[in-house]
Amino acid sequence: MAEITYREALRDALIEEMDQDPDVFVMGEEVGVFQGAYKVTEGLLDRFGEKRVIDTPIAEEGFVGLGAGAAMTGLRPVVELMTVNFGMVAMDQIANHAAKISYMFGGRLKCPMVIRAPGGGGQQLTAQHSHCLDVWFAYIPGLKVVAPSVPSDAKGLLKTAIRDDNPVMFLEHLALYNTKGVVPEGEHTVPFGEADIKRAGSDVTLIAHSRMVLYALQAAAQLSEEDISVEVIDLRSIRPLDAETLVHSVQKTNRCVIAEEEHRSFGVNAEVAATIYEEAFDYLDAPIERVGGVEVPMPYSKPLEQAVIPSPEKIADAVRATLGH
Amino acid sequence: MSRSDAHDKPADQVTDMELPVRDSGDLANYGNDQLIDFYTSMLYVRRFEERVAEMYLRAKIGGYCHLNIGEEATVVGTLKALRDEDYFFGSYRVHGSAIVRQLPHGTVMAELFGKRDGCAKGRGGSMHLVDPERRFMGGYGIVGGSIPLSTGVAFAIKYRGTDEIVMSTFGDGATNIGAFHEGLNIASLWKLPNLFICTNNQYGMGTSVARASAVTELWKKGVAYDIPGYKVNGMDVLAVYQLTKKLVEEVRRTSEPIFVECVTYRYRGHSMADAGKNYRTADEIDEWRERDPVESFRLRLLEGEIFTQKDADDIEEAVLAKVQTAVDFAERSPYPDVAELEKFVYAEDA
Repeated sequence: MAEITYREALRDALIEEMDQDPDVFVMGEEVGVFQGAYKVTEGLLDRFGEKRVIDTPIAEEGFVGLGAGAAMTGLRPVVELMTVNFGMVAMDQIANHAAKISYMFGGRLKCPMVIRAPGGGGQQLTAQHSHCLDVWFAYIPGLKVVAPSVPSDAKGLLKTAIRDDNPVMFLEHLALYNTKGVVPEGEHTVPFGEADIKRAGSDVTLIAHSRMVLYALQAAAQLSEEDISVEVIDLRSIRPLDAETLVHSVQKTNRCVIAEEEHRSFGVNAEVAATIYEEAFDYLDAPIERVGGVEVPMPYSKPLEQAVIPSPEKIADAVRATLGH
Repeated sequence: MSRSDAHDKPADQVTDMELPVRDSGDLANYGNDQLIDFYTSMLYVRRFEERVAEMYLRAKIGGYCHLNIGEEATVVGTLKALRDEDYFFGSYRVHGSAIVRQLPHGTVMAELFGKRDGCAKGRGGSMHLVDPERRFMGGYGIVGGSIPLSTGVAFAIKYRGTDEIVMSTFGDGATNIGAFHEGLNIASLWKLPNLFICTNNQYGMGTSVARASAVTELWKKGVAYDIPGYKVNGMDVLAVYQLTKKLVEEVRRTSEPIFVECVTYRYRGHSMADAGKNYRTADEIDEWRERDPVESFRLRLLEGEIFTQKDADDIEEAVLAKVQTAVDFAERSPYPDVAELEKFVYAEDA
């Protein structure tokens, strides 16, 4: 098993699925000649040609809708949004078209499309380019939403997403593209709706997704030096959400912290917290702690930006708080 | 001739709307059966929609309900020009298109009734009629929203190298929204086999074209994207059919999009909730009614001795009976099982 980057893992998944299925094609802004704004699609144009690696105009509503229409005939488009922020421009096609195709037509049509989109803060990209928006998409029945934190999940979830018969929002993170990890070669898929225990522990359940998983693991490592045993759970899949794994862990640890990169209010963390309160209330020895981004549009200045995003230290503090430390 | 030069040509197609019925060619160019089929189809749309209105007022049908009454020539003339394998996308005013596309009419009425045997199994209603087997890719409720989807189907046709085309229909109001412009740009840029049909019925809800669009000659709105535009009298079924038939085959041959503006009128309000009186005069409605697509065509067929009044009466009777069978089917169908409420959210549940 090789250690490769998150970016390479995504690219491997694309190549393997395109090799296997001629109905899979890649489309988006700068995915071809430019080799991808973040180089995920580097080399694909040479390998698969213009027919299957398609540069689009800057017209997210147009090309996301086009992808959905192509998917309605059974093709399997993998549409790249240069950043998830541009998904807001395409929201009508994502939430009110692609997500509704199956249901509003009584299951007579389907829309097997993947929308890949990186997001996240920390790159000084400021107010209009730093969103995650996970919860925007997860709110909509009809969409599936996944957000891998490590290369092996990136590959396995992307392969599953491409084979899925529904529209899938595949949320990547800008800060993860260069991170490395061990990834099984060849056939490797990760099912949707299964959270992953990234680190086992017994004192506190710490739930996160995407980049926050890495911060959570850092916090857990730090806390282990204080003899606090933290179980880190990576959601991986936001819709469907694996309530069972979360509840099971909380039943064991009796304490829970949820870390999410974007705004603390109304986020994925709120849904996760509510789920645990509903299904494991009697097991909790302390209120759930939520760690989230400060509720401001993302500022430019480095120290300001860093103050917005949850840090491993803030996450560790929340764990200590839930233990009454 | 470059594609840009081609834009001068469609001007020939511009209809003088002062004429109640444009000379759309000699009836002798058509078989009697075809002419009678056009008439019967238009009459069927008219009577179906009248019955839908009645059923709405009797609370058999709920929600939004947009009727095609007045637009029958546009509906029939465009749909009849398609081959069976071609694709169709509709707006939310889509009952007539569904019938003309031969969706089992009981399933259309059942869908309006919200019944289990509806074409969308009671999940879609008036705006979301569908039948993939007839390549009827659905009606859509967001103005202009189906235009990008329709380019996607055209893209898929090109990707697979087959020769179907996609007829994408929408109203005058849709020409002002972003999805229209993004869709047309990409369709032209990538040479996709889309025939864009704009049903200009003069009003987007209660706002006239002149109050909503900086360019009131809507056929010109594709020209910015190098898409040839045509305008046709949408009250004349033969004019619509003749032009659409030619353009359907041209799109098939060239795999390049074309835009057609069908000038027509809806007699009723925007939806069943709108009396249609605040924003237009009774005189205006009467003026359009004088060009009534169904009645003017009936007279034309009588004058041309294509059929007799007795034939017309028989057709009327048959059409009313057929509408009744659709209503009966819808009445008989049960409501969907609430236990299956969540079915179809995801493809694996279908």
